[in-house]
Amino acid sequence: MQVTITINGEQVTSDIEPRKLLVHFVREDAGLRGTHWGCDTSNCGACTLWVDGKPVKSCTMLAAQADGHELTTVEGLEQGGELDPVQKGFIECHGLQCGFCTSGMMMTGRALLDENPHPSDEEIREAISGQICRCTGYKNIVAAIQWAADNPATSEVTA
Amino acid sequence: MTAVEEVPTSAAGNPIGFGSMKRVEDQRFVRGQGNYVDDVNLPGMLHSAILRSPFAHARIKSIDTSAAEALPGVVAVITGKTLEGIPRPSLLGDNFAWMPTLSYDTQAVLATDKVRFQGQEVAYVIAESRYIAKDALELIDVDYDPLPPVMDAKKALDPDAPVIRDDKGQTDNRITDVHGNQTWESGNKEGTEAAFAAAAADPDCVIVEEDILYPRVHPAPMETCGSVSYLDKVTGQLTMYTTSQAPHAHRTVYAMVAGLPEHKIRIISPDVGGGFGNKVGVYPGYVLSVIGTIVTGKPVKWMEDRSENLMSTSFARDYHMKAKIAATKDGKILAVDVYVLADHGAFNGVAQPTNFPAGFFHIFSGSYDYPNAHCLVEPVYTNKAPGGVAYACSFRITEAAYVIERLVDCLAQELQMDPAELRLKNLIKPEQFPYTSPTGWEYDSGQYEKTMRLAMEMVGYDELRREQAEKRAKGEYMGIGISFFTEGVGAGPRKTMDILGLGMADGIELRVHPTGKAVLRLSVQSQGQGHETTFAQIVSHELGIPPEDIEVVHGDTDQTPFGLGTYGSRSTPVSGAAASVVARKVRDRARIVAAAALECSPDDLEWELGRWFVKGDKERGKTIQEIALLSHGALELPEGVEGHLDATAVYNPPNLTYPYGCYICVVDVDPGTGQVKIRRFVAVDDCGTRINPMIVEGQVHGGLADGVGMALMELIAFDEDGNNLGGSFMDYLLPTSMECPDWELGETVTPSPHHPIGAKGVGESATVGSPAAIVNAVIDAISPFGVRHADMPLTPANVWRAIQGNPVRVDMAVE
Repeated sequence: MQVTITINGEQVTSDIEPRKLLVHFVREDAGLRGTHWGCDTSNCGACTLWVDGKPVKSCTMLAAQADGHELTTVEGLEQGGELDPVQKGFIECHGLQCGFCTSGMMMTGRALLDENPHPSDEEIREAISGQICRCTGYKNIVAAIQWAADNPATSEVTA
Repeated sequence: MTAVEEVPTSAAGNPIGFGSMKRVEDQRFVRGQGNYVDDVNLPGMLHSAILRSPFAHARIKSIDTSAAEALPGVVAVITGKTLEGIPRPSLLGDNFAWMPTLSYDTQAVLATDKVRFQGQEVAYVIAESRYIAKDALELIDVDYDPLPPVMDAKKALDPDAPVIRDDKGQTDNRITDVHGNQTWESGNKEGTEAAFAAAAADPDCVIVEEDILYPRVHPAPMETCGSVSYLDKVTGQLTMYTTSQAPHAHRTVYAMVAGLPEHKIRIISPDVGGGFGNKVGVYPGYVLSVIGTIVTGKPVKWMEDRSENLMSTSFARDYHMKAKIAATKDGKILAVDVYVLADHGAFNGVAQPTNFPAGFFHIFSGSYDYPNAHCLVEPVYTNKAPGGVAYACSFRITEAAYVIERLVDCLAQELQMDPAELRLKNLIKPEQFPYTSPTGWEYDSGQYEKTMRLAMEMVGYDELRREQAEKRAKGEYMGIGISFFTEGVGAGPRKTMDILGLGMADGIELRVHPTGKAVLRLSVQSQGQGHETTFAQIVSHELGIPPEDIEVVHGDTDQTPFGLGTYGSRSTPVSGAAASVVARKVRDRARIVAAAALECSPDDLEWELGRWFVKGDKERGKTIQEIALLSHGALELPEGVEGHLDATAVYNPPNLTYPYGCYICVVDVDPGTGQVKIRRFVAVDDCGTRINPMIVEGQVHGGLADGVGMALMELIAFDEDGNNLGGSFMDYLLPTSMECPDWELGETVTPSPHHPIGAKGVGESATVGSPAAIVNAVIDAISPFGVRHADMPLTPANVWRAIQGNPVRVDMAVE
């Protein structure tokens, strides 16, 4: 079947098997490899991206279900050559080590701040609680998202 | 709270030397531009999948692959029989069906006779897509004859236990190491036995015994294992992109396994999405991707899924320990004895120095000064996945630190003595370093009491004890747990330490370009540790070249010198020392060039960060950048001095480094549900000189989360039929942001006296030290119920059962 999905503002059209997972479509058909795949059971959240502005674990969704929808991936966070504050926060606060969970964590962090510009640490922990990081022990991820809250961008990121 | 001296700042705002510096590698990761193995796509690349055994122990009667082969898109289906038919020009066997392990055992690449654990590799499909390869697995018909499995290590040596390794002609399930030994001992047996006998006869002494299990867990890095292999049949060059913590060691192993000439093998380990020991071993899947490219002539990708990762690649621990400690009634430790039944799974695939079949477990005597300690380790085969040394264990120091720290708390409870007071009474004193432990380690440096008192001060220990007493009076159960650990990391001195005969030294190469920019080539392999940043800082510290002017290259055997890779916290102690040594070689060469340029003797020159100058005439000097250009230029150099500043080094560590720390955990336990809430966690680490304190703290944070996982959640258990009960993230529970507290870190800095910059390894310290602190806190909380010990993981059910006085085997499914 043919699907057309808008990813980071660009339309991607591809002939796919109906069973194809969205994470595989993004990585293989769209060639965007910043979205990672880390488990079989939707527990780890490494594949988190936005569908119509909401964070979704892209291994839980078929690409066919995203036909006609708009996706934002980690590659879409940087705007006009300027990193999103969340991306800057992860660098500033050592919010990543191996980098594998980082894309998903940043997508969730950005989505949280769009809804709640000044979250508490507890609210941040709650927001990322469906995602696993094996390197950082989470403290610096929380700090990174707080950094972004304290240093908002001049320009809004749009889905 | 950094103890790093103020250093000058570069134009880019980075410290010229040590200090917290933002990581170089983050720029690509935050943009989603990392390059992991699954991101590698070569032209014409095929995909592959492995059929795995549903049984823990079964004879294979037949395998029918015809339906799979007929599926459109399937290129090849390979079984053990196929591999038996591929001749291998190698000393290690005449075909590909079996491969050597890192412990001189053999492991089936694809099962031929029997399957020996659930999840074992049985057949391999190469297809045009991953989806087709997975479909084809469903079409392979394997006729199994199930056999009774050995799932409980404690039954492995029963006379009637089924024999697992009949392929080797075994008649029992004992493991024989390369030296022919079936058990392994360390320490002073006679002295220890005498000390226990004396204590037993002395009314002023006590002996405390406890059965302590460190259950089977899994490193579970976020990126699973995989590889993309391509054999160019014209040039004979095998290129392999793979998830490896040790690319050079793997190259040598593949040369041995495949009989391929080593100079025709290139291992590229691009970005690695976490390792924790999971990516040290050589797994059948890697070998199969090589066989896949040999068979098809095309690049072949193999990426395991999460269940395959948890069920078949290197597990960790599975140490069943019987431990006892003797002490005087006023709390002076006299002796410790530990017997270990070690479950190694179906193949002895532990990755550790050859002469240490139990890893560094014999550092179990811990951080205390007493004369007698002894251990006996007895390894057995079971019908479980192979492995054992992984998950940030520093070669089994996790098990060692856990058993002594649990034992000391059991002793404190027996003596009704505060566990902090008991530890302070026995810690090795600063003036005793270098300290020779009762099992023969030479601890290099430490100020243990200072570190412990800082941790107690940070957590407010006395106040917490007061609060605990008040709460207990009200029927509320809070606990305070202490762990004091010492590790030996940085393997290791090549006269005693090797893996498969490869000495554990590491090479390094530093080139300084004419404009003074440098390239440093490492043998070790980052899996998130930030080597591209910290190794540049080491060179910067030695030469004064700004870190942003130093490119660090790693993860490609064609571009880097030989070395044994990153595990056991060895990068900083070994390769970090090599970086310092090679930079000093460059500095010495620069001195000669500078002397020629300044028309003086090298002896007349003095070094300050970044330049040589004439003693007594500070204005007259040359910067390292100026010298770099001169070394490539027309300057007449002294007799015997070649041009350029480039240098290489191989670092053979004289000893391990001994990082240590004191961790204190505070928990609240709900006795009705058994639920544990970690309220606070204070970690004071001493890893010697801190190259990049930000990164050191990040390493500690990650290890503390590991501790939360192991102490409270993580477990690979089995049922009696051999089913793995931790085979997905639905069942193998990892800590999230909700279980982890807001870590509170402190530090003391006691440099290693034998390391060029005084640094010790720290990557595994927190994984080693934290589980005991958490378990000690939980047991402390529920000790009013008469509990002295309960095994990890302390899930609500296990805590509740312990409170009821009814603890159960946590590692076996119970009715």
